[in-house]
Amino acid sequence: MKRSENTFWQKLWKQKALVLMSLPFIIYVIIFKYIPLWGWLMAFQNYWPGQSFFNQTWVGLENFRLLLTDPIFYDVLRNTLAMSLIKLISGMFFSIILALALNEVRWTKFKKLTQTISYLPHFISWVVGANLVMNALSTDGGIINEVLMGLNIIDSPIMFMGMPELFWGIIGASHVWKTVGFGAILYLASIVSISPSLYEAAVIDGASRLQRIRYITLPALKPVIIILLIINVGRLMNMGFEQIYLLSNGRVIEYSRIFRIFELDYGLKMMRYSFATTAGIFRSLVSVVLVFSANKIAKMMGEERLI
Amino acid sequence: MLRSKKRSLEDILLDVFIYTFLFLLIAITLYPFLNTLAVSLNEGMDSIKGGIYLWPREFTTFNYQSLLTDSQIFHAAGVSLARTVLTTVFGTFLTAMLAYVISRRDFVLRKFITFIYVLTMYVQGGLIPTYFLYQRLGLTNNFWVYVLPGLVAAFNLIIVRTYINGLPESLIESAKIDGASEFTIFLKIILPLSKPVLATIAIFTAVYHWSAWWDVFLYNSSNPALSTLQYELMKVLASANSMSGSMQQGLANAAQSSQITPRAIRATMTIIVTVPIAVIYPFLQKYFVHGLTLGGVKE
Repeated sequence: MKRSENTFWQKLWKQKALVLMSLPFIIYVIIFKYIPLWGWLMAFQNYWPGQSFFNQTWVGLENFRLLLTDPIFYDVLRNTLAMSLIKLISGMFFSIILALALNEVRWTKFKKLTQTISYLPHFISWVVGANLVMNALSTDGGIINEVLMGLNIIDSPIMFMGMPELFWGIIGASHVWKTVGFGAILYLASIVSISPSLYEAAVIDGASRLQRIRYITLPALKPVIIILLIINVGRLMNMGFEQIYLLSNGRVIEYSRIFRIFELDYGLKMMRYSFATTAGIFRSLVSVVLVFSANKIAKMMGEERLI
Repeated sequence: MLRSKKRSLEDILLDVFIYTFLFLLIAITLYPFLNTLAVSLNEGMDSIKGGIYLWPREFTTFNYQSLLTDSQIFHAAGVSLARTVLTTVFGTFLTAMLAYVISRRDFVLRKFITFIYVLTMYVQGGLIPTYFLYQRLGLTNNFWVYVLPGLVAAFNLIIVRTYINGLPESLIESAKIDGASEFTIFLKIILPLSKPVLATIAIFTAVYHWSAWWDVFLYNSSNPALSTLQYELMKVLASANSMSGSMQQGLANAAQSSQITPRAIRATMTIIVTVPIAVIYPFLQKYFVHGLTLGGVKE
């Protein structure tokens, strides 16, 4: 016991150059990321600004009880998880399809051009993205309504942005639009690294192109799919705040209000600081549980882990 | 080379499907931008009639002239550029430095530092405590709130560390034998060798900061001198119908004498914000594609 302690400090002393290099970063992360965690104590108070932190009334778990009995809370939880899952699954699905399609293109110039174009939406902000989405869906000459009317599918423009039941779909579709090209990069890289001899052998055995995709390419993507799932499962509670905030409006709020919007409304608009902080704690706790579970499952399956 | 002499029906159908899918993707990706560009180059009142698709009907550069001479927009562009450049340069350098430290397998604090950084990806203090902290630190109504909190991001850190881990360890060993200090090893050996992955995270950082508006809204919205281009666009979009704010007021005055409409302002602002990035990113492709695949987020 004593010995190992000694060697730890001895080692630390020996590596003082590295310690010195990393010390500012440790202080930095503590100030900017961990001191705000101290603010979590507000969740156990009935915080009122203007009074010092220690003169606040302590209320125990009252805020958590209020949160869990809040009628909106379950809508918020449902919206947060539903939209994240829709985005995660549709984003992955279309990125994989795009990677598979690009891999089948033999016309190199066309392939390069398509890839370059497909990255474009990734590089624009959601402010621009939301603007483009709202233009396309507008009732006043929006392209989607024009096309649908031109094809005689509808006879008057649909107010897409005002229909609560369409909101999740719009979020999913605009997410795919913005991320599909960039998302395909990792899948395509995994496909390119598959040994050509596998395909050659399959051709000799008489496998068709579709069969080669089904039995060689798709299985090879499994590791990258799993690692991306693990990374994203931990983010389910935090995914895509800006997109949802910018596309949301009063008419669809029942389906668009996610945790961060909920915290914003209660915290900044209604000044219920303690309550908003409680919601934030809940969000972080669920994230941690999710990421550690995903990590465990991956470990059991013998896949690579994140932490 | 894998193609057989006779193409089967399945083969042809597959190609039809693939090319249809890809052409559709290109159309859906590009159309919104081209349409916005056409509207921005079209005479404002004429656009109201509708029917502008890919080409302006009454060509004019008036929309650009009126926006680019607006001093508020010009100033905001300067702030956007400043925060983007500062954060990209310092953030990339500092991320590389910490990544080198935690890539050293014999370093005793390696696991600890990695853990406290990775945890920040999932556990956050939340809106209100963070706001109070920044207030305490004097970072509200302050330009540095754009730069300081985001200097070292866990995600980028892990990407760079993974890349450095892949470099041959003998490089460090031999430099040590030559008597190089840790900092010299980082500066003279690791930094130059990590260029590809650093280019990748520099691109990510730059795009993020060029696009940011949320921190402007939250911490600095009371001070127009600290506004960014993206936030100005955000304000134009938010008040698309009810024009307000100093900039829109100025534009509304201009609108009386000549023909500029909210829709034209929106389209023109969108293009002004988008063009710098759209012009640059195709040339950086090899960096982000390469860096993403090399650095892949894994242990």
